[in-house]
Amino acid sequence: MNVLVCISNVPDTTSKINFKDENTVFDIQGVQFIINPNDEFGLTRAIWLQQKEGAKVTVATVGDVSCEPILRKCLAIGADRAVRVDAKPQDGFQVAMYLATLYKNSDFDLVITGRESIDYNGGMVGGILATHLEIPYVPNCIQLEVSGKNLTLQREIDGGKESLTASFPIVIGAQKGLVEEKDLIIPNMRGIMQARQKPMEVISPEAISCETSVQRFEKPAEKGPVKLVDPEKIDELIELLENEAKVI
Amino acid sequence: MAVVVFIESQEGEIKKAGFELASYGRSISDAMKCDLIGVGFNIIDPKSLSNYGVDKLYNIETRGDSFFDIERYSSSIASVVKKENANIVIVSSSADGRYLGPILSVKVDAAYISNVVELPSQYEPLTVKRSCFTNKAFNETQSSKKNNVLSLSSNSFGLKEKSSNIKVFSEDFAPSSSTLKVSNLDKASDKVSIADADIVVSGGRGLKGPENWYLIEDLAEVMGAATACSKPVSDMGWRSHSEHVGQTGKPVASNLYIAIGVSGAIQHLAGINSSKVKVVINNDPEAPFFKAADYGIVGDAFEVVPKLTKKLKARKL
Ligand SMILES: Cc1cc2nc3c(=O)[nH]c(=O)nc-3n(C[C@H](O)[C@H](O)[C@H](O)COP(=O)(O)OP(=O)(O)OC[C@H]3O[C@@H](n4cnc5c(N)ncnc54)[C@H](O)[C@@H]3O)c2cc1C
Ligand SMILES: Nc1ncnc2c1ncn2[C@@H]1O[C@H](COP(=O)(O)O)[C@@H](O)[C@H]1O
Repeated sequence: MNVLVCISNVPDTTSKINFKDENTVFDIQGVQFIINPNDEFGLTRAIWLQQKEGAKVTVATVGDVSCEPILRKCLAIGADRAVRVDAKPQDGFQVAMYLATLYKNSDFDLVITGRESIDYNGGMVGGILATHLEIPYVPNCIQLEVSGKNLTLQREIDGGKESLTASFPIVIGAQKGLVEEKDLIIPNMRGIMQARQKPMEVISPEAISCETSVQRFEKPAEKGPVKLVDPEKIDELIELLENEAKVI
Repeated sequence: MAVVVFIESQEGEIKKAGFELASYGRSISDAMKCDLIGVGFNIIDPKSLSNYGVDKLYNIETRGDSFFDIERYSSSIASVVKKENANIVIVSSSADGRYLGPILSVKVDAAYISNVVELPSQYEPLTVKRSCFTNKAFNETQSSKKNNVLSLSSNSFGLKEKSSNIKVFSEDFAPSSSTLKVSNLDKASDKVSIADADIVVSGGRGLKGPENWYLIEDLAEVMGAATACSKPVSDMGWRSHSEHVGQTGKPVASNLYIAIGVSGAIQHLAGINSSKVKVVINNDPEAPFFKAADYGIVGDAFEVVPKLTKKLKARKL
């Protein structure tokens, strides 16, 4: 079984988000980058498939050389091989098309993307990739069991979950639930040493154009100060919610 | 030219997001001077959409098959888009809406723009504001495609009534032959989901343990609210992970968000930021949530919450 885990390089969750060049460019100064949390859940699930079923796990990212540290981390976590598609991603469509090229030149049974990236929040790469490749896609995936060629999956839906059966090849959108927080693998010394020996391939495909472009960024408006209500005067809160905020 | 909106329903009843999408779609079709076409599945009362300016509704009957069959749904909507020569397709930000969006965009050769929070600022080329960095920022996105699929962030536009003479068609487009089969659906029909809720009541580690969650549930019940929790609460297994909200959990865009015993870490706030009104109940006046909230009570949840629940109950009677 060959598994591809698509990794997005995103700002650490504690990052303050700032822009430069008249709010047209995300300012990476002082920002620490991490594996997109949804992708990390997916990677852990893939490593379990490696341990139990002997799956071969490839991680791939579309990005410049600054993405290599997180790919190295994926190798230290246990991935067998890393591929960097050397291009500057501009939108989810373009990323999906680069990944599609990678897919067509390899032999993957299972492609794991994250439910969404926490920077762009497109929630689109997996769906576009799968539909372009004419294979099924299951987003918000909270369970994946493999038995031979047959798969059982669960998709989280609003207010519940849906169980599905499918077969390879397939693309899934991983999120927490696929594995739990406590299952995430923290690289140990041995993993880190081994990662140095593992292949990091860089491929430079033909340029693919994007479909959307960001004109300008904007930060949410500053909020006024909180209105405090005395805990002994709860009626006041109800009154404010009813007549001032008009939300109840 | 036309605008197509996917009208979501549950057991045949149109969801609030369906009416919001119709309202939003109407404004766009007015600006573009074209028809607003709805596509729904098994809708019981299609006429109600005439209050929101829908000119035509394709109400597709799936005959007893109530599962969300992605292949069938996306193919049917794509057929309508082609038939009506539509160039804007709008889906909601529900789990199903966000499932459809990217898939549809490939099927109708469109660009996909998610998390849209406003009407387009420009139509040629289409330019629209969306949220990014999990609500820590917005960006103005411009499309280079003629066709576009937008996913509208919930509660960002609201409901706007406008009457129309709706024509309803019950066409069936060929059922799908997908290898993906839904085998079971497990959905609590008596509970409001976070995505659909106008009000969300959320609990954090300050509640000390799962046995105290009656505080959250009782308050949510009187308010008709959905329940949510912070990440550590779901990591510790006090609550199901489906209630985890924040940057790495579910996004919340409700009208009212009430946080109880939640400190207001940056990752928590990011995910709930787009809620309109935020209330915090916390015994530590230094808790960061007070900087993000509109209303706050500095007090012990175990005293304040039961009182609030009781007063709201009395008010309802
Ligand atoms: C990669 C990453 C991703 C993350 N993603 C998320 C996310 O998506 N969502 C999320 O929520 N967190 C997320 N976090 C965790 C986040 O950093 C915080 O740790 C978490 O939000 C804190 O949860 P809490 O507010 O429930 O607990 P605490 O921070 O422990 O806060 C408990 C609060 O309860 C108050 N309290 C205590 N007793 C009472 C009482 N009797 N009455 C009233 N108040 C009381 C305390 O004053 C305190 O403010 C993430 C962290 C990381 C590293
Ligand atoms: N630059 C990238 N390289 C590789 N995979 C990516 C990249 N960007 C996004 N992805 C994958 O697509 C998923 C969804 O991203 P998005 O559509 O941006 O929300 C992520 O969780 C990743 O798995």
